[in-house]
Amino acid sequence: MKTISLLVRRELRSYFDTAWGWVILALVLILDGLLFNAFALGTRERYSANVLSDFFYFSSGTTMIAGILLTMRLIAEERQTGTFTLLQTAPISAHEIVLGKFLGAFTFLAIITALTAYMPALIFVHGRLSLGQILVGYTGLLSLGAATIAIGTFASAIARNQLLAAVLGAGMLVVLLLGWMLGQMTEPPLNGVFSYIAIFDRHFQPFMKGRLNIEGLVYYGSICFGFLLLATRSLQLRRLT
Amino acid sequence: MIEVQSLSRYYGSRCAVDRVSFSISSREVVGFLGLNGAGKTTTLKVLAGLILPSGGDVAVDGVDMASSPTGVRARIGFLPEDPPLYTEMTVADSLRFVGGLRGMTDAAIADRLPGVLARTNLDDVADRVIGELSHGYRKRVGIASAIIHAPKLVILDEPISGLDPVQIVEMREVIKGLKDECTVLVSSHILSEISQTCDRILVLNNGRLVAQGTETELAGRFHIGGSIDLSLRGEEDAARAAIEGIEGVKKIIPLGHTDGVISIRVSMASDVREAIAAALVGAGLGLRGISDAHDELEGIFLELTDHEAGGES
Repeated sequence: MKTISLLVRRELRSYFDTAWGWVILALVLILDGLLFNAFALGTRERYSANVLSDFFYFSSGTTMIAGILLTMRLIAEERQTGTFTLLQTAPISAHEIVLGKFLGAFTFLAIITALTAYMPALIFVHGRLSLGQILVGYTGLLSLGAATIAIGTFASAIARNQLLAAVLGAGMLVVLLLGWMLGQMTEPPLNGVFSYIAIFDRHFQPFMKGRLNIEGLVYYGSICFGFLLLATRSLQLRRLT
Repeated sequence: MIEVQSLSRYYGSRCAVDRVSFSISSREVVGFLGLNGAGKTTTLKVLAGLILPSGGDVAVDGVDMASSPTGVRARIGFLPEDPPLYTEMTVADSLRFVGGLRGMTDAAIADRLPGVLARTNLDDVADRVIGELSHGYRKRVGIASAIIHAPKLVILDEPISGLDPVQIVEMREVIKGLKDECTVLVSSHILSEISQTCDRILVLNNGRLVAQGTETELAGRFHIGGSIDLSLRGEEDAARAAIEGIEGVKKIIPLGHTDGVISIRVSMASDVREAIAAALVGAGLGLRGISDAHDELEGIFLELTDHEAGGES
Protein backbone atom coordinates (compact mmCIF):
# COMPACT_ATOMS: atom_id res chain seq x y z
CA MET A 1 0.00 0.00 0.00
CA LYS A 2 2.88 2.34 0.85
CA THR A 3 4.45 1.67 -2.56
CA ILE A 4 1.18 2.39 -4.36
CA SER A 5 0.82 5.68 -2.45
CA LEU A 6 4.44 6.53 -3.37
CA LEU A 7 3.73 5.90 -7.06
CA VAL A 8 0.52 7.95 -6.91
CA ARG A 9 2.41 10.90 -5.41
CA ARG A 10 5.14 10.64 -8.02
CA GLU A 11 2.63 10.54 -10.87
CA LEU A 12 0.78 13.54 -9.46
CA ARG A 13 4.03 15.41 -9.04
CA SER A 14 5.09 14.63 -12.59
CA TYR A 15 1.82 16.15 -13.90
CA PHE A 16 2.32 19.31 -11.86
CA ASP A 17 6.09 19.56 -12.49
CA THR A 18 5.83 19.32 -16.27
CA ALA A 19 3.96 21.39 -18.84
CA TRP A 20 1.99 18.33 -19.99
CA GLY A 21 -0.24 18.22 -16.90
CA TRP A 22 -0.95 21.94 -17.00
CA VAL A 23 -1.72 21.84 -20.74
CA ILE A 24 -4.31 19.09 -20.22
CA LEU A 25 -5.80 20.90 -17.22
CA ALA A 26 -6.09 24.14 -19.18
CA LEU A 27 -7.46 22.38 -22.26
CA VAL A 28 -10.25 20.68 -20.30
CA LEU A 29 -11.25 23.81 -18.39
CA ILE A 30 -11.26 26.01 -21.51
CA LEU A 31 -13.24 23.49 -23.58
CA ASP A 32 -15.72 22.82 -20.77
CA GLY A 33 -16.15 26.56 -20.16
CA LEU A 34 -16.73 27.34 -23.85
CA LEU A 35 -19.15 24.46 -24.35
CA PHE A 36 -21.01 25.31 -21.14
CA ASN A 37 -21.36 28.95 -22.16
CA ALA A 38 -22.28 28.34 -25.80
CA PHE A 39 -24.56 25.31 -25.57
CA ALA A 40 -25.59 24.53 -21.98
CA LEU A 41 -26.43 28.09 -20.94
CA GLY A 42 -27.43 29.33 -24.40
CA THR A 43 -29.54 32.45 -24.83
CA ARG A 44 -33.09 31.16 -24.26
CA GLU A 45 -34.73 30.27 -20.96
CA ARG A 46 -34.35 26.61 -19.95
CA TYR A 47 -34.90 24.39 -16.95
CA SER A 48 -31.86 24.32 -14.67
CA ALA A 49 -31.90 20.50 -14.66
CA ASN A 50 -31.55 20.47 -18.47
CA VAL A 51 -28.69 22.97 -18.34
CA LEU A 52 -26.89 20.74 -15.83
CA SER A 53 -27.61 17.65 -17.90
CA ASP A 54 -26.04 19.34 -20.94
CA PHE A 55 -23.03 20.33 -18.83
CA PHE A 56 -22.40 16.68 -17.92
CA TYR A 57 -22.96 15.66 -21.55
CA PHE A 58 -20.21 18.00 -22.81
CA SER A 59 -17.92 17.30 -19.85
CA SER A 60 -18.03 13.58 -20.59
CA GLY A 61 -16.30 14.24 -23.94
CA THR A 62 -13.51 16.36 -22.46
CA THR A 63 -13.09 13.84 -19.62
CA MET A 64 -12.54 11.00 -22.09
CA ILE A 65 -10.06 13.08 -24.13
CA ALA A 66 -8.20 14.06 -20.94
CA GLY A 67 -8.15 10.42 -19.81
CA ILE A 68 -6.40 9.32 -23.00
CA LEU A 69 -3.95 12.25 -22.95
CA LEU A 70 -3.07 11.66 -19.29
CA THR A 71 -2.40 7.96 -19.73
CA MET A 72 -0.49 7.95 -23.04
CA ARG A 73 2.79 8.71 -21.20
CA LEU A 74 2.03 6.66 -18.10
CA ILE A 75 4.09 3.54 -18.89
CA ALA A 76 5.08 3.98 -22.56
CA GLU A 77 7.11 7.13 -21.85
CA GLU A 78 8.88 5.53 -18.90
CA ARG A 79 9.77 2.58 -21.06
CA GLN A 80 11.10 4.93 -23.75
CA THR A 81 13.23 6.95 -21.32
CA GLY A 82 14.42 3.86 -19.44
CA THR A 83 13.03 4.88 -16.05
CA PHE A 84 10.66 1.91 -16.08
CA THR A 85 13.73 -0.17 -15.18
CA LEU A 86 13.62 1.44 -11.73
CA LEU A 87 10.13 0.09 -11.16
CA GLN A 88 10.82 -3.31 -12.69
CA THR A 89 13.90 -3.93 -10.55
CA ALA A 90 12.21 -2.75 -7.35
CA PRO A 91 10.69 -5.34 -5.01
CA ILE A 92 7.15 -4.49 -6.10
CA SER A 93 4.66 -6.46 -8.14
CA ALA A 94 3.22 -5.62 -11.55
CA HIS A 95 -0.22 -5.00 -10.08
CA GLU A 96 1.21 -2.44 -7.64
CA ILE A 97 2.87 -0.60 -10.55
CA VAL A 98 -0.35 -0.60 -12.59
CA LEU A 99 -2.52 0.42 -9.64
CA GLY A 100 -0.13 3.21 -8.62
CA LYS A 101 -0.04 4.58 -12.18
CA PHE A 102 -3.83 4.28 -12.59
CA LEU A 103 -4.60 6.00 -9.30
CA GLY A 104 -2.08 8.78 -9.98
CA ALA A 105 -3.67 9.61 -13.33
CA PHE A 106 -7.18 9.23 -11.89
CA THR A 107 -6.41 11.58 -8.98
CA PHE A 108 -5.17 14.23 -11.41
CA LEU A 109 -8.29 13.79 -13.54
CA ALA A 110 -10.43 14.08 -10.38
CA ILE A 111 -8.70 17.37 -9.54
CA ILE A 112 -9.44 18.69 -13.04
CA THR A 113 -13.05 17.50 -12.73
CA ALA A 114 -13.41 19.18 -9.32
CA LEU A 115 -12.22 22.46 -10.86
CA THR A 116 -15.22 22.42 -13.22
CA ALA A 117 -17.59 22.67 -10.24
CA TYR A 118 -17.88 26.44 -10.67
CA MET A 119 -20.04 25.81 -13.74
CA PRO A 120 -22.88 23.95 -11.95
CA ALA A 121 -22.50 26.56 -9.19
CA LEU A 122 -23.22 29.32 -11.75
CA ILE A 123 -26.60 27.73 -12.47
CA PHE A 124 -27.60 28.58 -8.90
CA VAL A 125 -27.37 32.31 -9.74
CA HIS A 126 -30.58 32.30 -11.77
CA GLY A 127 -31.96 28.83 -11.19
CA ARG A 128 -32.62 26.05 -8.71
CA LEU A 129 -30.87 22.74 -8.69
CA SER A 130 -30.96 19.51 -6.75
CA LEU A 131 -27.62 18.89 -5.07
CA GLY A 132 -28.31 15.20 -5.67
CA GLN A 133 -28.27 15.67 -9.46
CA ILE A 134 -24.92 17.41 -9.22
CA LEU A 135 -23.41 14.67 -7.02
CA VAL A 136 -24.80 11.86 -9.18
CA GLY A 137 -23.63 13.60 -12.35
CA TYR A 138 -20.11 13.95 -10.99
CA THR A 139 -20.19 10.31 -9.83
CA GLY A 140 -20.95 9.31 -13.43
CA LEU A 141 -18.28 11.64 -14.79
CA LEU A 142 -15.60 10.23 -12.46
CA SER A 143 -16.69 6.65 -13.24
CA LEU A 144 -16.43 7.32 -16.97
CA GLY A 145 -13.04 8.99 -16.37
CA ALA A 146 -11.79 6.01 -14.36
CA ALA A 147 -12.84 3.61 -17.13
CA THR A 148 -11.08 5.76 -19.76
CA ILE A 149 -7.92 5.88 -17.66
CA ALA A 150 -7.97 2.09 -17.21
CA ILE A 151 -8.24 1.67 -20.99
CA GLY A 152 -5.42 4.20 -21.50
CA THR A 153 -3.24 2.48 -18.90
CA PHE A 154 -3.57 -0.80 -20.77
CA ALA A 155 -2.77 0.92 -24.08
CA SER A 156 0.30 2.56 -22.50
CA ALA A 157 1.43 -0.81 -21.12
CA ILE A 158 1.42 -2.52 -24.51
CA ALA A 159 2.53 0.38 -26.76
CA ARG A 160 6.13 1.04 -27.78
CA ASN A 161 5.76 4.80 -27.52
CA GLN A 162 3.43 7.50 -26.27
CA LEU A 163 1.89 8.31 -29.64
CA LEU A 164 1.01 4.70 -30.29
CA ALA A 165 -0.40 4.48 -26.76
CA ALA A 166 -2.70 7.44 -27.47
CA VAL A 167 -3.83 5.97 -30.80
CA LEU A 168 -4.46 2.53 -29.26
CA GLY A 169 -6.28 3.99 -26.26
CA ALA A 170 -8.42 6.27 -28.43
CA GLY A 171 -9.13 3.38 -30.80
CA MET A 172 -10.38 1.10 -28.01
CA LEU A 173 -12.47 3.94 -26.59
CA VAL A 174 -14.06 4.67 -29.97
CA VAL A 175 -14.98 0.98 -30.38
CA LEU A 176 -16.70 1.08 -26.97
CA LEU A 177 -18.36 4.41 -27.80
CA LEU A 178 -19.78 3.05 -31.05
CA GLY A 179 -21.34 0.06 -29.30
CA TRP A 180 -24.77 1.74 -29.26
CA MET A 181 -24.62 2.20 -33.04
CA LEU A 182 -23.80 -1.48 -33.57
CA GLY A 183 -26.63 -2.28 -31.17
CA GLN A 184 -29.06 -0.46 -33.45
CA MET A 185 -27.74 -2.12 -36.58
CA THR A 186 -27.80 -5.72 -35.36
CA GLU A 187 -30.50 -8.23 -34.44
CA PRO A 188 -31.10 -9.83 -31.02
CA PRO A 189 -29.28 -11.16 -29.10
CA LEU A 190 -26.21 -9.32 -30.52
CA ASN A 191 -27.84 -5.92 -30.23
CA GLY A 192 -28.17 -6.41 -26.48
CA VAL A 193 -24.51 -7.25 -26.15
CA PHE A 194 -23.39 -4.26 -28.23
CA SER A 195 -25.61 -1.78 -26.44
CA TYR A 196 -24.38 -3.12 -23.07
CA ILE A 197 -20.71 -2.67 -23.95
CA ALA A 198 -21.30 0.92 -25.15
CA ILE A 199 -19.36 3.09 -22.72
CA PHE A 200 -21.53 6.18 -22.99
CA ASP A 201 -25.08 5.80 -24.24
CA ARG A 202 -26.74 3.31 -21.95
CA HIS A 203 -24.51 3.70 -18.90
CA PHE A 204 -23.72 7.40 -18.67
CA GLN A 205 -26.96 9.09 -19.72
CA PRO A 206 -28.88 8.23 -16.51
CA PHE A 207 -26.11 9.95 -14.47
CA MET A 208 -26.55 13.12 -16.55
CA LYS A 209 -30.18 13.26 -15.55
CA GLY A 210 -29.46 12.68 -11.87
CA ARG A 211 -30.39 8.98 -11.72
CA LEU A 212 -27.87 6.91 -9.79
CA ASN A 213 -27.31 4.06 -12.21
CA ILE A 214 -26.05 1.01 -10.32
CA GLU A 215 -25.79 -1.00 -13.55
CA GLY A 216 -23.58 1.78 -14.90
CA LEU A 217 -21.36 1.74 -11.82
CA VAL A 218 -20.94 -2.03 -12.13
CA TYR A 219 -20.15 -1.63 -15.84
CA TYR A 220 -17.50 1.07 -15.25
CA GLY A 221 -16.05 -0.94 -12.36
CA SER A 222 -15.81 -3.99 -14.62
CA ILE A 223 -14.11 -1.99 -17.37
CA CYS A 224 -11.56 -0.70 -14.83
CA PHE A 225 -10.94 -4.17 -13.40
CA GLY A 226 -10.69 -5.83 -16.82
CA PHE A 227 -8.31 -3.35 -18.43
CA LEU A 228 -6.11 -3.00 -15.34
CA LEU A 229 -5.85 -6.78 -15.20
CA LEU A 230 -4.81 -6.83 -18.87
CA ALA A 231 -2.22 -4.11 -18.19
CA THR A 232 -0.83 -6.13 -15.27
CA ARG A 233 -0.64 -9.30 -17.35
CA SER A 234 1.12 -7.48 -20.18
CA LEU A 235 3.80 -6.22 -17.76
CA GLN A 236 4.26 -9.72 -16.36
CA LEU A 237 4.55 -11.18 -19.86
CA ARG A 238 7.21 -8.64 -20.81
CA ARG A 239 9.58 -10.23 -18.32
CA LEU A 240 9.32 -13.44 -20.34
CA THR A 241 10.02 -11.95 -23.77
CA MET B 1 26.24 -14.87 -1.76
CA ILE B 2 25.17 -15.45 -5.39
CA GLU B 3 24.65 -18.90 -6.80
CA VAL B 4 23.86 -19.25 -10.49
CA GLN B 5 23.24 -22.74 -11.82
CA SER B 6 22.79 -23.57 -15.53
CA LEU B 7 21.25 -20.18 -16.31
CA SER B 8 19.87 -19.97 -19.85
CA ARG B 9 17.98 -17.25 -21.64
CA TYR B 10 16.46 -17.45 -25.10
CA TYR B 11 15.06 -14.62 -27.22
CA GLY B 12 12.74 -16.57 -29.48
CA SER B 13 14.92 -19.37 -30.84
CA ARG B 14 18.18 -17.44 -30.29
CA CYS B 15 20.14 -18.49 -27.24
CA ALA B 16 21.64 -15.38 -25.58
CA VAL B 17 22.88 -17.14 -22.42
CA ASP B 18 23.71 -20.83 -22.49
CA ARG B 19 23.82 -22.83 -19.21
CA VAL B 20 25.99 -20.36 -17.31
CA SER B 21 27.00 -21.36 -13.77
CA PHE B 22 29.05 -19.39 -11.25
CA SER B 23 29.07 -18.32 -7.64
CA ILE B 24 30.24 -15.10 -6.03
CA SER B 25 31.26 -14.68 -2.41
CA SER B 26 30.27 -11.84 -0.12
CA ARG B 27 32.09 -8.48 -0.57
CA GLU B 28 33.81 -9.59 -3.75
CA VAL B 29 34.14 -7.32 -6.79
CA VAL B 30 33.66 -9.51 -9.83
CA GLY B 31 34.06 -8.42 -13.42
CA PHE B 32 31.93 -9.69 -16.24
CA LEU B 33 34.05 -9.61 -19.36
CA GLY B 34 32.97 -10.26 -22.90
CA LEU B 35 32.68 -8.80 -26.37
CA ASN B 36 29.55 -6.92 -27.32
CA GLY B 37 26.77 -9.49 -27.76
CA ALA B 38 28.50 -12.07 -25.54
CA GLY B 39 25.47 -12.24 -23.22
CA LYS B 40 26.71 -9.99 -20.39
CA THR B 41 23.76 -7.60 -20.33
CA THR B 42 21.21 -10.40 -20.66
CA THR B 43 22.77 -12.23 -17.71
CA LEU B 44 22.76 -9.04 -15.65
CA LYS B 45 19.13 -8.35 -16.57
CA VAL B 46 18.16 -11.80 -15.34
CA LEU B 47 20.09 -11.30 -12.10
CA ALA B 48 18.47 -7.87 -11.61
CA GLY B 49 15.00 -9.38 -12.11
CA LEU B 50 14.25 -7.38 -15.25
CA ILE B 51 13.64 -10.50 -17.30
CA LEU B 52 12.95 -14.09 -16.32
CA PRO B 53 15.39 -16.87 -17.19
CA SER B 54 14.39 -19.56 -19.68
CA GLY B 55 16.07 -22.14 -17.47
CA GLY B 56 18.36 -22.59 -14.49
CA ASP B 57 18.44 -21.35 -10.91
CA VAL B 58 19.51 -18.08 -9.35
CA ALA B 59 19.82 -17.51 -5.61
CA VAL B 60 20.97 -14.30 -3.93
CA ASP B 61 21.79 -14.32 -0.23
CA GLY B 62 20.04 -17.69 0.05
CA VAL B 63 16.80 -16.43 -1.56
CA ASP B 64 15.69 -18.31 -4.65
CA MET B 65 14.61 -16.15 -7.58
CA ALA B 66 11.95 -18.58 -8.84
CA SER B 67 10.12 -18.81 -5.51
CA SER B 68 10.68 -15.23 -4.31
CA PRO B 69 11.46 -12.81 -7.17
CA THR B 70 10.61 -9.74 -5.07
CA GLY B 71 12.78 -11.09 -2.26
CA VAL B 72 15.74 -11.28 -4.65
CA ARG B 73 15.02 -7.84 -6.11
CA ALA B 74 14.99 -6.37 -2.57
CA ARG B 75 18.58 -7.57 -2.15
CA ILE B 76 19.88 -6.16 -5.42
CA GLY B 77 20.80 -2.71 -6.68
CA PHE B 78 21.07 -2.36 -10.44
CA LEU B 79 22.64 0.34 -12.60
CA PRO B 80 22.03 -0.19 -16.32
CA GLU B 81 24.32 1.40 -18.91
CA ASP B 82 21.97 4.41 -19.17
CA PRO B 83 21.02 5.39 -15.60
CA PRO B 84 17.23 5.33 -15.13
CA LEU B 85 16.55 8.76 -13.64
CA TYR B 86 13.57 11.08 -13.41
CA THR B 87 15.26 14.19 -14.75
CA GLU B 88 12.69 16.61 -13.31
CA MET B 89 13.54 15.53 -9.74
CA THR B 90 16.37 16.78 -7.56
CA VAL B 91 19.10 14.29 -6.64
CA ALA B 92 17.93 14.00 -3.02
CA ASP B 93 14.24 13.66 -3.95
CA SER B 94 15.10 11.00 -6.53
CA LEU B 95 17.04 8.99 -3.93
CA ARG B 96 14.19 9.34 -1.42
CA PHE B 97 11.76 8.07 -4.05
CA VAL B 98 13.95 5.09 -4.96
CA GLY B 99 14.48 4.30 -1.26
CA GLY B 100 10.71 4.31 -0.71
CA LEU B 101 10.24 2.13 -3.76
CA ARG B 102 12.69 -0.34 -2.25
CA GLY B 103 10.66 -0.55 0.94
CA MET B 104 12.67 1.79 3.17
CA THR B 105 10.88 3.84 5.81
CA ASP B 106 11.22 7.65 5.77
CA ALA B 107 13.39 7.48 8.90
CA ALA B 108 15.68 4.85 7.34
CA ILE B 109 16.04 6.98 4.18
CA ALA B 110 16.86 10.10 6.21
CA ASP B 111 19.45 8.09 8.12
CA ARG B 112 21.06 6.53 5.04
CA LEU B 113 20.92 9.43 2.57
CA PRO B 114 23.88 11.57 3.82
CA GLY B 115 26.21 8.55 3.76
CA VAL B 116 25.19 7.58 0.23
CA LEU B 117 25.60 11.16 -1.02
CA ALA B 118 29.06 11.31 0.54
CA ARG B 119 30.13 7.91 -0.81
CA THR B 120 29.16 8.88 -4.35
CA ASN B 121 30.48 12.46 -4.05
CA LEU B 122 27.07 13.99 -4.64
CA ASP B 123 26.83 16.22 -1.52
CA ASP B 124 27.32 19.41 -3.50
CA VAL B 125 24.56 18.63 -6.02
CA ALA B 126 21.99 17.05 -3.70
CA ASP B 127 19.47 19.84 -4.29
CA ARG B 128 20.13 20.23 -8.01
CA VAL B 129 17.64 19.00 -10.61
CA ILE B 130 19.02 15.85 -12.31
CA GLY B 131 18.27 17.22 -15.79
CA GLU B 132 20.89 19.93 -15.21
CA LEU B 133 23.69 17.49 -14.30
CA SER B 134 26.52 16.20 -16.49
CA HIS B 135 26.70 12.57 -17.66
CA GLY B 136 29.30 11.76 -15.00
CA TYR B 137 27.10 13.07 -12.20
CA ARG B 138 24.10 11.20 -13.58
CA LYS B 139 26.10 7.96 -13.49
CA ARG B 140 26.89 8.66 -9.84
CA VAL B 141 23.22 9.36 -9.09
CA GLY B 142 22.52 6.00 -10.75
CA ILE B 143 25.01 4.30 -8.42
CA ALA B 144 23.55 6.14 -5.42
CA SER B 145 20.08 4.87 -6.46
CA ALA B 146 21.47 1.34 -6.70
CA ILE B 147 22.91 1.39 -3.16
CA ILE B 148 20.42 3.59 -1.26
CA HIS B 149 18.70 0.53 0.24
CA ALA B 150 22.00 -1.10 1.29
CA PRO B 151 21.64 -4.10 -1.07
CA LYS B 152 23.64 -7.28 -0.69
CA LEU B 153 24.56 -7.24 -4.38
CA VAL B 154 25.15 -4.25 -6.67
CA ILE B 155 25.12 -4.86 -10.42
CA LEU B 156 26.78 -2.24 -12.62
CA ASP B 157 26.43 -2.56 -16.39
CA GLU B 158 29.19 -0.68 -18.22
CA PRO B 159 29.57 1.89 -15.41
CA ILE B 160 32.30 3.90 -17.11
CA SER B 161 30.85 4.13 -20.60
CA GLY B 162 30.62 7.72 -21.80
CA LEU B 163 32.77 9.12 -18.97
CA ASP B 164 35.82 11.34 -19.46
CA PRO B 165 39.22 10.27 -17.99
CA VAL B 166 38.76 12.26 -14.77
CA GLN B 167 35.28 10.85 -14.25
CA ILE B 168 36.59 7.34 -14.94
CA VAL B 169 39.14 7.67 -12.14
CA GLU B 170 36.45 8.97 -9.77
CA MET B 171 34.04 6.19 -10.75
CA ARG B 172 36.76 3.60 -10.20
CA GLU B 173 37.20 4.81 -6.65
CA VAL B 174 33.44 4.75 -6.06
CA ILE B 175 33.25 1.14 -7.29
CA LYS B 176 36.18 0.04 -5.15
CA GLY B 177 34.55 1.75 -2.16
CA LEU B 178 31.35 -0.26 -2.61
CA LYS B 179 33.24 -3.41 -1.64
CA ASP B 180 33.12 -2.29 2.00
CA GLU B 181 29.41 -2.93 2.24
CA CYS B 182 28.28 -5.21 -0.57
CA THR B 183 29.17 -7.61 -3.36
CA VAL B 184 29.69 -5.92 -6.72
CA LEU B 185 29.25 -7.37 -10.18
CA VAL B 186 30.66 -5.11 -12.89
CA SER B 187 30.15 -5.69 -16.57
CA SER B 188 32.48 -4.14 -19.09
CA HIS B 189 34.12 -4.78 -22.41
CA ILE B 190 37.01 -2.51 -21.41
CA LEU B 191 39.73 -4.88 -20.26
CA SER B 192 41.82 -2.39 -18.30
CA GLU B 193 38.77 -1.39 -16.28
CA ILE B 194 38.01 -4.94 -15.22
CA SER B 195 41.67 -5.48 -14.46
CA GLN B 196 41.86 -2.43 -12.18
CA THR B 197 38.61 -2.73 -10.26
CA CYS B 198 37.82 -6.42 -9.92
CA ASP B 199 39.06 -9.21 -7.64
CA ARG B 200 37.89 -11.91 -10.00
CA ILE B 201 36.84 -12.19 -13.63
CA LEU B 202 34.09 -14.12 -15.39
CA VAL B 203 34.62 -14.33 -19.14
CA LEU B 204 31.58 -14.76 -21.37
CA ASN B 205 31.74 -15.58 -25.04
CA ASN B 206 28.80 -16.44 -27.29
CA GLY B 207 26.52 -16.74 -24.27
CA ARG B 208 28.76 -19.24 -22.49
CA LEU B 209 31.01 -18.81 -19.49
CA VAL B 210 34.40 -19.74 -20.93
CA ALA B 211 36.60 -19.01 -17.93
CA GLN B 212 36.60 -17.61 -14.41
CA GLY B 213 39.24 -16.76 -11.83
CA THR B 214 41.66 -14.01 -10.89
CA GLU B 215 43.75 -12.41 -13.58
CA THR B 216 46.81 -14.31 -12.34
CA GLU B 217 44.96 -17.63 -12.27
CA LEU B 218 43.71 -17.13 -15.81
CA ALA B 219 47.17 -16.11 -16.99
CA GLY B 220 48.61 -19.27 -15.44
CA ARG B 221 45.89 -21.47 -16.93
CA PHE B 222 46.47 -20.15 -20.42
CA HIS B 223 50.26 -19.95 -19.98
CA ILE B 224 50.25 -16.26 -20.62
CA GLY B 225 53.22 -14.51 -19.09
CA GLY B 226 52.15 -11.12 -20.34
CA SER B 227 54.21 -8.62 -22.26
CA ILE B 228 57.05 -6.33 -21.32
CA ASP B 229 58.40 -3.19 -22.92
CA LEU B 230 62.19 -2.86 -23.08
CA SER B 231 64.31 0.18 -23.82
CA LEU B 232 67.96 -0.44 -24.53
CA ARG B 233 70.99 1.04 -26.21
CA GLY B 234 72.17 -1.05 -29.16
CA GLU B 235 70.99 -2.60 -32.41
CA GLU B 236 67.56 -4.16 -32.75
CA ASP B 237 69.00 -7.21 -34.55
CA ALA B 238 71.43 -7.83 -31.72
CA ALA B 239 68.66 -7.60 -29.16
CA ARG B 240 66.47 -9.95 -31.17
CA ALA B 241 69.35 -12.44 -31.53
CA ALA B 242 69.98 -12.33 -27.78
CA ILE B 243 66.44 -13.10 -26.61
CA GLU B 244 64.58 -14.94 -29.33
CA GLY B 245 66.16 -18.25 -28.35
CA ILE B 246 64.85 -18.03 -24.77
CA GLU B 247 62.12 -20.55 -24.03
CA GLY B 248 58.93 -18.61 -23.22
CA VAL B 249 59.52 -15.71 -25.59
CA LYS B 250 56.62 -15.69 -28.04
CA LYS B 251 56.97 -12.57 -30.07
CA ILE B 252 59.28 -9.55 -30.40
CA ILE B 253 57.73 -6.35 -31.68
CA PRO B 254 59.86 -3.25 -32.41
CA LEU B 255 58.22 -0.07 -31.10
CA GLY B 256 60.73 2.51 -32.45
CA HIS B 257 63.96 4.25 -31.57
CA THR B 258 65.05 7.65 -30.27
CA ASP B 259 68.65 8.96 -30.02
CA GLY B 260 70.16 5.47 -30.29
CA VAL B 261 67.78 3.97 -27.73
CA ILE B 262 65.46 1.32 -29.15
CA SER B 263 62.16 0.19 -27.72
CA ILE B 264 60.78 -3.31 -28.20
CA ARG B 265 57.81 -5.22 -26.83
CA VAL B 266 58.30 -8.85 -25.89
CA SER B 267 55.28 -11.12 -25.61
CA MET B 268 55.87 -14.09 -23.29
CA ALA B 269 54.26 -17.48 -22.82
CA SER B 270 55.56 -17.54 -19.25
CA ASP B 271 57.27 -15.07 -16.94
CA VAL B 272 60.87 -15.04 -18.29
CA ARG B 273 61.73 -11.42 -17.51
CA GLU B 274 64.89 -12.30 -15.56
CA ALA B 275 66.22 -14.52 -18.36
CA ILE B 276 65.57 -11.78 -20.92
CA ALA B 277 67.36 -9.15 -18.81
CA ALA B 278 70.34 -11.48 -18.27
CA ALA B 279 70.56 -12.34 -21.97
CA LEU B 280 70.53 -8.67 -23.02
CA VAL B 281 73.18 -7.68 -20.48
CA GLY B 282 75.22 -10.74 -21.46
CA ALA B 283 75.10 -9.67 -25.11
CA GLY B 284 76.59 -6.31 -24.19
CA LEU B 285 73.45 -4.29 -24.79
CA GLY B 286 72.75 -1.38 -22.47
CA LEU B 287 69.44 -2.22 -20.78
CA ARG B 288 67.91 1.09 -19.73
CA GLY B 289 64.41 0.12 -18.79
CA ILE B 290 61.99 -2.79 -18.41
CA SER B 291 58.29 -2.29 -17.74
CA ASP B 292 55.00 -4.22 -17.79
CA ALA B 293 53.06 -3.63 -21.02
CA HIS B 294 49.74 -3.95 -19.10
CA ASP B 295 48.04 -6.17 -21.63
CA GLU B 296 47.94 -9.42 -19.71
CA LEU B 297 44.16 -9.45 -19.58
CA GLU B 298 43.98 -8.66 -23.26
CA GLY B 299 46.11 -11.70 -23.94
CA ILE B 300 43.89 -13.90 -21.82
CA PHE B 301 40.80 -12.58 -23.48
CA LEU B 302 42.10 -13.04 -27.00
CA GLU B 303 43.31 -16.52 -26.09
CA LEU B 304 39.87 -17.44 -24.77
CA THR B 305 37.89 -16.02 -27.64
CA ASP B 306 40.31 -17.53 -30.21
CA HIS B 307 40.00 -20.86 -28.44
CA GLU B 308 36.20 -20.62 -28.51
CA ALA B 309 36.13 -19.67 -32.17
CA GLY B 310 38.49 -22.52 -32.95
CA GLY B 311 36.38 -24.93 -30.99
CA GLU B 312 33.27 -24.01 -32.91
CA SER B 313 34.74 -24.21 -36.35
